This record gives sequence, structure tokens and C-alpha cells, in this order.
Amino acid sequence: MTPSSPFDYAPAPESRAVVDIKATYGLFVGGEFVDGHGTPFKTVDPATEEVLAEVAEASDADVDAAVKAARKAHERVWGRMPGRERAKYLYRIARIIQERSRELAVLETIDNGKPIKESRDVDVPTVAAHFFYYAGWADKLEHAGYGTTPLGVAGQVIPWNFPLLMLAWKVAPALACGNTVVLKPAETTPLTALLFAEICQQADLPAGVVNIVTGAGATGQALVAHPGVDKVAFTGSTAVGKAIARTVAGTSKKVTLELGGKAANIVFDDAPVDQAVEGIVTGIFFNQGHVCCAGSRLLVQESIAEEVLDRLRERMSTLRLGDPLDKNTDIGAINSAAQLARIRELADIGEQEVSGERWSPACELPERGFWFPPTVFTGVTQAHRIAREEIFGPVLSVLTFRTPSEAVEKANNTPFGLSAGIWSEKGSRILEIASRLRAGVVWANTFNKFDPTSPFGGYQESGYGREGGRHGLAAYLEGGQR
Amino acid sequence: MSDRIDVRKTYKLYVGGAFPRSESGYTYEVTDAKGAFVANAALASRKDARDAVVAARKAFGPWSGRTAYNRAQVLYRVAEVLEDRRPQFVQAVVQSEGLSASKAERVVDESVDRLVWYAGWADKITQVVGGANPVAGPFFNLTTPEATGVVAVLAPERSSLLGLVTAIAPVVVTGNTAVVVSSYSRPLAAVTLAEVLATSDVPGGVVNVLTGSAATLGPWLASHMDVNALDLLGTAGQTELARDLEVAAADNLKRVRRAPAAEPDFTREPGLDTMTDFLELKTVWHPMGV
Amino acid sequence: MPITASSAATAPTGGSGLADVTSSDAALRRFLHGLPGVDQVGAEARAASLATRSIKTTAKEQALDLAIRMVDLTTLEGSDTHGKVRALAAKAVRPDPADPACPSAAAVCVYPDMVATAKETLGDSGVHVAAVATAFPSGRAALDIKLADTRDAVEAGADEIDMVIDRGAFLSGRYLQVFEEIVAVREACARADGEDAHLKVIFETGELQTYDNVRRVSWLAMLAGAHFIKTSTGKVQPAATLPVTLVMLEAVRDFRRQTGQMVGVKPAGGIRTSKDAIKYLVMVNEVAGADWLDPDWFRFGASTLLNDLLMQRTKLRTGRYSGPDYFTLD
Repeated sequence: MTPSSPFDYAPAPESRAVVDIKATYGLFVGGEFVDGHGTPFKTVDPATEEVLAEVAEASDADVDAAVKAARKAHERVWGRMPGRERAKYLYRIARIIQERSRELAVLETIDNGKPIKESRDVDVPTVAAHFFYYAGWADKLEHAGYGTTPLGVAGQVIPWNFPLLMLAWKVAPALACGNTVVLKPAETTPLTALLFAEICQQADLPAGVVNIVTGAGATGQALVAHPGVDKVAFTGSTAVGKAIARTVAGTSKKVTLELGGKAANIVFDDAPVDQAVEGIVTGIFFNQGHVCCAGSRLLVQESIAEEVLDRLRERMSTLRLGDPLDKNTDIGAINSAAQLARIRELADIGEQEVSGERWSPACELPERGFWFPPTVFTGVTQAHRIAREEIFGPVLSVLTFRTPSEAVEKANNTPFGLSAGIWSEKGSRILEIASRLRAGVVWANTFNKFDPTSPFGGYQESGYGREGGRHGLAAYLEGGQR
Repeated sequence: MSDRIDVRKTYKLYVGGAFPRSESGYTYEVTDAKGAFVANAALASRKDARDAVVAARKAFGPWSGRTAYNRAQVLYRVAEVLEDRRPQFVQAVVQSEGLSASKAERVVDESVDRLVWYAGWADKITQVVGGANPVAGPFFNLTTPEATGVVAVLAPERSSLLGLVTAIAPVVVTGNTAVVVSSYSRPLAAVTLAEVLATSDVPGGVVNVLTGSAATLGPWLASHMDVNALDLLGTAGQTELARDLEVAAADNLKRVRRAPAAEPDFTREPGLDTMTDFLELKTVWHPMGV
Repeated sequence: MPITASSAATAPTGGSGLADVTSSDAALRRFLHGLPGVDQVGAEARAASLATRSIKTTAKEQALDLAIRMVDLTTLEGSDTHGKVRALAAKAVRPDPADPACPSAAAVCVYPDMVATAKETLGDSGVHVAAVATAFPSGRAALDIKLADTRDAVEAGADEIDMVIDRGAFLSGRYLQVFEEIVAVREACARADGEDAHLKVIFETGELQTYDNVRRVSWLAMLAGAHFIKTSTGKVQPAATLPVTLVMLEAVRDFRRQTGQMVGVKPAGGIRTSKDAIKYLVMVNEVAGADWLDPDWFRFGASTLLNDLLMQRTKLRTGRYSGPDYFTLD
């Protein structure tokens, strides 16, 4: 996808030598790696379809054992440990993550398919930062406003799009508040969570404080439904989020749900156009569009729509798709065959229903692996499925608007409410539009920025509860929300 | 004097600032604590609930868009009017809850004070709950709470005034609008409060009061896709109903405030959670540059 | 050294809807202030992101040679002598005496009084002589002095004139004055034989401070007929930076989109390492496009950069690290 150039970028692959992938992996329960009793499953490199490892599936009994281990650790050790001591364990973990950052980044890229530059420059540094941030809260909870009483055992289920980062978002605040955790990583991306288990050992974290059970939906369901779990934290699809909400109904379990989105990225005619184009690209093509808060609906003011689209196409033509381990790759592999099928299906529906154009830059897809080119649909309206349903892939729907009110109405015309973007050079307009958008995160003149201090989470069907910042503590303390 | 025949009242619903009869046409008899007839109350139907949601949705934008100072003024005005009508509320509490006049007076006083307490929160909750976030980069980053939207409130069954006020005030003071299902057996304070709301400065639709059964209306409100949140306070002790409603509420991921095992002691000062449970946090990022 | 007298900027505004924008100070102001704003954080983030490109092996070889061909080897000191300039010119023609395959630099860049000396040494090597003129570096002189300075350099044989704009006039909003001065200097670059000197317009972006100003001044200079737009004199800090160059590359890209005409870009000052130079080339490639990856359209104003490029080039060819003793000082 590089334009013809006097110097085509030569391959610049990051070395795989830094990671040591085992042939088989067990569960991490009570501080030890143990066998699972379900049916083991394989995790593959989505860029090559090569099988990376066989991973144990946690049965109901395994989940039970993990919850019991977590309960024991909570009651005997972690829940009664002074905050400043818990803090030091979390600081240790943060440091080890920094020290092993290259290894974590490469493993994440191999198991997930995301470009190494993203795992190296975004995911892993943010993971370390998250542990550092919450480490510091562990001995300051009395100042946070939610009391100091932990909930107990947290059952946490995370998705495949940011495997290690989502782990950090879940584990760091839970541990800081004195809870113990049983975490289930996604079945297509379990490897960095299992490496994190090793890091817990390396940090001498007391046994049972962190337990990791691998498996698919059934394992997650067993965990969420387990009566010994006091807190459920889930990131993933809205459909599963609703099922979890039903599962915990009538119990005393607290829940946070971080679910899907269909964010509007609104570009006004006075936008800083070059940065807006970057923001559109970052918004939808970062991490192959496997981002719940992706700016998947571009709302561009009619008067500059053509200009913005011209620039966007030109910019997209410089995106480099291919080997995720190549340091110059911008667009990596789609995480799984199933996700690729889902993206293709919705894109095909888009092609049939939309009167506008389906466009991708000239782009050679590798023969093996799961790939989808960055794609833009123009002429989309709110009535189209590709403007309503979360595609979770590198597919942008372009809609236009004429007035600020129309932009807000269209942006809010969705059951989701996770994020939104605004591009304008007029301060008062930004503040007004930001206040009228029904979304938990509003990026004005930027997009897809994350920080441990900044709470993240949605309105409406994008879920409830916040992760990150002081507010993220509320989910793990008795004095917190719901 | 005693020969005079009472003018018996038939109370109506309070929806969108108006006092309609129930769409169903049904009423039910309200008795005092000793079982004597007091009045007829409208028996709200699912269609009344639907209309109330429409009214609440319509009122949400303007109400949440008012300044916090203004919402504080409006709530404080409600407290003033309630204080004005003190004898009427005392009588309602005496009749409904079977309290002595002096105890009922304390309940009314507490209710007025509760309204005053919540009124003051309107322009403070943002500062207490929100904040600036020191992100590691050149960005201005601010988190502020915003109202969730339309909240269905199942009011407490026993504490007909203080419990009711304690359920409604935190919902609306932050900018939400409410569809309230009053105590079924003790609706007098609720209908009187509706008259107070109608004659104070609360815009129509901000608080809608349905007299009727939580078991009947609850499922419709809990499954309503245009209701954003559900306060199950009125289901205290009814674990099965509470669970069913929470399950139904998952259809659009309503924010659910679960009921305690038993109706709480409302004389205790409420926590911030009564407000934050129906608030969303919005975080806005903006770059800082020249 | 294949720089040709490409007439990039003749009548740049014809037929592109830009003819009226320089008709008055008010019109020019309206136009420049109507350009899309530049968000500082976004622009810097984009530049930083491009800087993470990893250029290795064959790509690096190509990039190093290209960068050498783009260097305007510069000496602009009060202590310059004819001897110094002759040495510099010799180095520009043959940067690595040990390797005849090593390409020449694009030009030597000197003060006007050294043009004749440089020209004499360079002969028909193809390496150009660029002269800084117009009361470089401050530009604080009367217009007729600046024009005389320019004509002097052109008469002495300068192929390229690097002028400075009047930053005071620009910052106080007298855009038309800046515009007209550039037009006048460009006229002073004319030669009777038609082989006009090419005009590079230096903005001194370190004094203009904001990226909005960089974008506006870029358009102003292009409208006035600049062949090249150049960041800095090298006498003010900060000199060239990646984000400033990004904004200028966006400007020349957009100018071509609107007028069909290409304008060159020259970051100058502070670019000392091969690594830096390659970051710039990546940016040229991905922002303006591969058409600009040519000494006709992109230059580095530098002095110490050349030796680092040569050392890296040698490292790639020999497989071992080299040292400064193996390269000539000038």
C-alpha cells in the first residue's frame, strides 16, 4: 500500500525471539499453573493462522476452585493487608511490566494480530501506567470518597481487542482496593494474560490474589454466575452485557459493564482539517477498528464533505497493511475468522443498502491469515444497518449534516453512548456540542486517547460504571456505585 | 356541623403537568390506617405509565439543560410550598401511616428539610463528583456528572411522604425526570405532593405521579426501552418481583438501584449514592496548544 | 546533480481561483485567516508518529543517498573566508573522497560575497550555489538594500537565492507588504538570459511561533511565487522541526492540489543526524508524496548533517561503525 517511492520501506520485523510460547498452557489458580478440566482449545496467530499453543478450558469446577482460591486469599491475606503493602505489590507488577514490555508487546501482537507499533507504543505502556496509577491509590482510599472496604472476589471477563490493557483496567483497581480476582481472558487472546500470571509469580504476589481461568463463553458464564463472586466486571459485546445483567439480577453482586458503541465523529466546517483527517483515521482504523469506542460514524458538515473525503482517501492510501510484527505496519490482522466473517457480512450488507460508494485503497491482502482492508462507505444514512450496528472492524460509515443541531441529533440517535468526537476550531461550539452529546467520553479535536487517570465508560446500552481515574475505584469499594 | 355530608375526593394521576384520570377509567379505594375509607385514587394502567414516560422524556432535555442554580431554586420552592401546606401533609401522614399528629408533624418537617437538603446539592454535586484528570499529555481533561435521563421510581410502600420525597428529590435535582409509582396502599401524600408540584415551579413532566400497583406497573416501566433507570426502592422485601424487574431492566441496560431487604429508616441522612446512581460521568478531552 | 531550472512558480495563481486573494491587504488577510487551523497537539502527534517509521537495510541505503543529494551544505559565519568556502564547495561535489559512487550534495549555501568563490570551485559539477540575501538573517533593511543584495548575488552567479521575510511585518499583520517584498525579490532573481535564480523564502518559523502562522506564511510565499519555502535561517532557535515541516509539506501538497504547481520545501538548522534526516524523508513521502522525494523539491539546510550521512552510509557498506576521523571536516 506504499505509494511508489524512491525508497520503499524495507521489511522491519520485530524479533520474535524475545517470547517463549509454550506448547500448552494451564489455568492459573491459587498461585500455581494447574490443569483444566474442560476441553483444551487452540489459540492461533491471526496473521498466519499458525497454531500458537493449546490452552486449557476451565470447567465449572475449575472456576469454582479459582473463586475459592480468590476468596481464601481475600479473607486471609489481601483483604486485610495494609494498603501501603498492597501498593508495593502493584508497583512491583508495574515495574516488571515495564521491564518485560518488549516481550509483552510481541506476544500481544502475535496472539492478537495488532501492529507491533500499537502494542509497543500504546497498549503495554498504558498497562504499566495503569498499574502505577492504581498502585498509588491502594494506601489513599480513605481520600477517594468511596470508603475503604473492598467487595471481596471480583469475577472479570475481558475481550480480545486489547487483551493486556483490558486486564490492567480490571485487575489494577480491583487489587488496589483490596479485592482478589478471577479473570477470564478471551479465548482467542489468552497468552498475555497467562504471561501476566507469570509476572504475578515473579512479583511474589500472594497466591490466589490473581487467578486466571481460560475458556470461552461457558467459562465466563460460570464465573459471572458463581455465587462466590461479589463483583462482576465485563468488557465486551452489548448482547453479552445484557445477559450478564440478567444473570446477576436479584443478587447483591455489583456490576460494571463496558460494552459496544457506534460513535459519531463530528467534523465541522471550521475544523483543523489535517488533524481531523488524522482523527478520523485514528478513530476507525486504530487496532483494525476493533475498538468499542471507535469513531465508526463520520458525521461531516456538508460544505466540506468532499474535501474531507478526498483528503481521507489520500491519507488512507498511505496506510500500510500487513505483517503485524513489522514496525511500519499500520493495519494488522483481524483477530479471528469469526470476526472477519462478521465484518464481511456487515460490509456486504452496507454495499447492498447504501447508495453511495464502498471504497478501499489499493491494498494487497496477505494470502494466509485474517485480513480486511480499511474501508469507507459514503452516502450512508441513519437508516442503514452499517450506521447503527457495531461492526468492530476497519469500516467507516460517512454521513453528512448541515447544522450543529442536526449533527447532535444524528450523533445521539443510537442506543449506544460510549464515545464521540468533535472537530472544530470554535471553543464555545465545542463546549456546547460536548455537553449535548450523550456519550461517556467526548474527544474534542482528538480521538481514541486513553489515560489511567481518565474515567472511561458509556451511557445507555454502552454499559455502566467507569474504569480509570478516581471514579474507577467506585466499582471495587462498598461505598461505590450500585 | 356533623350533619354535613363530606365531599369525597377522587384523586387523579399527575402526568406531564396535568391531572388526568386513568386511561383505564379504574379507581381504587384508599383507606386510612384503620381501614376507613378516605378517598378514591386513580388506578394507573400500563398506558398511563407509557404516557408518563413520554411526558418525562419530553421534559428531560429542558430540565437537564437548566442551570443547576435554577433547579436548586425550583426544588427549594417545592420545600416552601410543602411547608405552606403542612397541615394537609400532616393529615395525610396521620391517615396513611397511622402516626400520632406529633409524629406526623416530625415526618413532614423532616420531608421539608430533606427537600431543602437535596435542593442545595443541585449546584454542588458536580464539584464533589466530577473533577479534572491529570492525563499524561497536553490535554485538558474534565469529568462531569450528567443526568441519566428518565428514571422510573417505585416509591416506598410504607413511608408515604418522607420515603417518597427521599426517592424523588435526588432523581430530579440532578436533572433527571421521574415517573413515580406511589405507594399503593398509602397514596395520599403522593397525590398531595403532586398538587404541590403543580403549583410550584416544577415544569410539567419532570415528576409524574402514578397511583397504582408496583407489581402491575413495574414490569412495563422496567422493560420500557425509553426509560433509562429504575429505582426499586418500593420492592423492598419482595425479592421475586425485584429480581424480575431487574431482569426486564437489562433489555436496555437500565441503571438499577436495588431495593434493600427491608424499607430503610428514612430519617437518616441519605448518601450521595442516591444521586450518583442516576448520574452518568462524561469525560471530555481537548488538546492544549497555541 | 540534476537540479533543473524547473519553473515551478510562474503565475501560480492563474486559473485556480486564487487570483483575487492578493488584490488587497484585506483580501489577503481574509484568505490567509480562512485557511483551516492547525491543532498543535494533533500536528505534533502526527509528526511524532511518522518519526517511528523504521527504515532499514535497502530502504536506508536509498534514503541516505537521497538525503546526501538533498543537502544544501551551508556556511554562514562572519568568519567565513574564501578558503573555507572553497573547501566546502569541494566537499559538496565529492562528499566522500574514498567513494566515487557517493553522490554530490545539492548546493552550497553561502553569503552573497562568497558566491563567486563557490561558483569558481563548483564549476560545472552540477552542484548549485545558493546565496542568502535580503539582509540575512534578520531582514531588517530597506527594500532597495535587500533587492541590491539579491541582484549582487544573482550577478555573481548564484543559482538560488535564500531570502528572509520581514517577520515584523508578518506578525503585525501587514501581509501584503510581505507578499510584495517576495514578489520584488523574485523579480530581482531574474537574469537576462532567462536562467533566473530560484527563490527560496525563509520564514524563520521559530519567530512566527504558531503552526497557524506557518501555514499562512507558506501560502503567502507560494502565492508570491516562491520556488521553495524554507523554515529557518539557522540563527534562531528553534530552527527546523518535524511538525513545522509537516505543516509546510501539507501546504505545498494543498497548493499543488489547487494550482497544479509544485513548490519545494527546505527545513534548515538543527538537522544533524541521519536518523533525523530519514524522519524528514518519511514525512515527505507520506505527507506531500513521493513526487517531492527529489532534490528539486526537498532540501536540507545543514552543515554537520552531511558527515553523519556519510558515516552511516559507510557503516551500511562496510558493516562496521565509522568515526569522524575518516571524513573530511569540510
